[in-house]
Amino acid sequence: MSGYSVTEPSSTQKWVAGVLVIGYALITLMPLLWILATGFKSSADSIAYPPKVTFQPTLEGYVNLFTTQTRQTPEYLDAHPPQTWYEEIVHDKGMVIAGPSRFGERFMNSVIIGFGSTFLSVFLGTLAAYAFSRYRIPLKDDLLFFILSTRMMPPIAVAIPIFLMFRNLGLSDTHTGMILLYTAVNLSLSVWLLKGFIDEIPREYEEAALIDGYTRFQAFTKVVLPQAATGIAATAIFCLIFAWNEYAFAVLLTSGTAQTAPPFIPTIIGNGGQDWPAVAAGATLFLLPVMVFTILLRKHLLRGITFGAVRK
Amino acid sequence: MAEIVLKNVRKDFGDFTAVQASSFKVEDGEFFMLLGPSGCGKTTTLRMIAGLELPTSGEIYIGGEEVGQKPASQRDIAFVFQMFALYPHMNVRKNISYPLVSQGMPKAQVNEKVAEAARILGIEKLLDRPVGGLSGGDRQRVALGRAIVRDPKCFLMDEPLGALDAEFREHMAEELRALHDRMGATTIYVTHDQLEAMQMGDKIVVMNHGVVEQFGTPQDIYDKPATMFVADFIGSPSMNFLKFHGKLDAAATSVELHHQKLPVPALREPFEGDMVYGVRPEHITLSDKAKYRGEIVATEYLGTTQIVTLQTHNGDVKARVASDQKAQVGETIGLAFNGKTVTLFDNQTGRALRSVLNEGVLSHG
Repeated sequence: MSGYSVTEPSSTQKWVAGVLVIGYALITLMPLLWILATGFKSSADSIAYPPKVTFQPTLEGYVNLFTTQTRQTPEYLDAHPPQTWYEEIVHDKGMVIAGPSRFGERFMNSVIIGFGSTFLSVFLGTLAAYAFSRYRIPLKDDLLFFILSTRMMPPIAVAIPIFLMFRNLGLSDTHTGMILLYTAVNLSLSVWLLKGFIDEIPREYEEAALIDGYTRFQAFTKVVLPQAATGIAATAIFCLIFAWNEYAFAVLLTSGTAQTAPPFIPTIIGNGGQDWPAVAAGATLFLLPVMVFTILLRKHLLRGITFGAVRK
Repeated sequence: MAEIVLKNVRKDFGDFTAVQASSFKVEDGEFFMLLGPSGCGKTTTLRMIAGLELPTSGEIYIGGEEVGQKPASQRDIAFVFQMFALYPHMNVRKNISYPLVSQGMPKAQVNEKVAEAARILGIEKLLDRPVGGLSGGDRQRVALGRAIVRDPKCFLMDEPLGALDAEFREHMAEELRALHDRMGATTIYVTHDQLEAMQMGDKIVVMNHGVVEQFGTPQDIYDKPATMFVADFIGSPSMNFLKFHGKLDAAATSVELHHQKLPVPALREPFEGDMVYGVRPEHITLSDKAKYRGEIVATEYLGTTQIVTLQTHNGDVKARVASDQKAQVGETIGLAFNGKTVTLFDNQTGRALRSVLNEGVLSHG
């Protein structure tokens, strides 16, 4: 019998595993690729049947996404030749640009609310998790359970009370209101995740810092925080993904100034026919920030998902 | 450097008493060992001296100043942790300089001090390395570097050799002791290893269940144990305990075990009841002439000596004899005891009876 390793997979096993992983990746990536492609199709191409895999790319969808347009007479169009490439795209359809659309604003709202609530969740979560991890707190286990219990039902179950509460407090359709709401939802996850990470940091490091003449707070900022960076990054990604994608509360509580991108993007469909390239363009742009953020922190994320699985 | 005094220090964690009214004094420049089995309160005692735990009651003096309720950062002491606790996100140089940076020392002076500490410990080449890749011994040296760099009032060490390989421990123990002799720094060292304590310490405190059992030089602790716990804990194999019942006068010089008179150092107190005749294995000789008999049940060969286990009427006895002496399992042989070295214990309380041998030690122990 030839020598083989119990733990090392054979080359056949590796090959099969590789095919499975690539196959799965293709299946999951397909919709994303389709959205990306649709964003660059013309309106006609986007609804062509059978679907077109190769097509003439155009930025029409993106221009439609960012602008509002009106139809004009051929005389008017001839008298006003297009000045820029995007005016030309619109011009060719017999339209002129009337002004910017609201997509830019809505997108910025998503950025402010998403990153704002993520920062707040992680900031408060880190402080709370440190306290739960290090101090003798009366009823600690009950408090931790209470914090976790806020996650035991879908947040939308409390939508109506929150709607009424926000209306009375004047928080409806405000950035502050949405940041507070998403922070409240994310905080339980953030406290629990971060407590796990901080528990894993030996107390000796802080004690060494105390002995070295630092205060408890300095020991926290200079010794604990750098070592919890991985956990903080992973937690931040989870919080951002939730706040960024959240749809139900956004529909319910925002309509104007604080409306985020998720409830806005579907409204594009209604504006003068089903403009799928514009919807796809919006979805593509909407995916980008979380994708970039996740790629930047992906090493931490992987460790975050598997943390505690193997004791060192 | 400073002397350290503990007066009736006590620590409770909820209902659990970790340390009960401990008192002892560490002289300036002494290498002082806190010895005991795990859970005996020695680490808690050390942490109270460091300020990482605050005592429930009692006083702690470092260099004449009462610091019992002060935080660690204000006590000016250095602590070496068992797992070293080097800051993982800093390199060796930053680790060593960290306590100086907290004092706001100018950069040039910090560099000078770090270089000096590194030279003393022979780790100059490691200064710019991350601590992650260091061997156990080098981590230990860096931890010591972080301790010595700031000239603290004293060094506190919590089983600093516990994380090292056995062969390396010996070497590091010598290095530590040499470092101490060179710097003359007051050092309190926690260990559960009695050999380490005997080998390195100027003085030893033996603790058990949160109580100080005995406090003295290694010789006194070994030769004149104050309790049966100390006698049993120190020495390998540990002291033999022969149980008997009797009545002794204040000046008795012998006791009777199984109808044989055995010598003891002249007693200084009368006693009646269940007693224990405590004798170290090396103070027993095997000879046919001796009247107190035992049957050999096992022998262990250790090179220059051998440990012979005998069954007697008062319990099993281990004797350390020259390895060339013949000892056949199954043979019955006489045991002669070196009476001057014997300690008698009250079997009920485990306390040593006062005698000529130990009276100087017990009266201030």
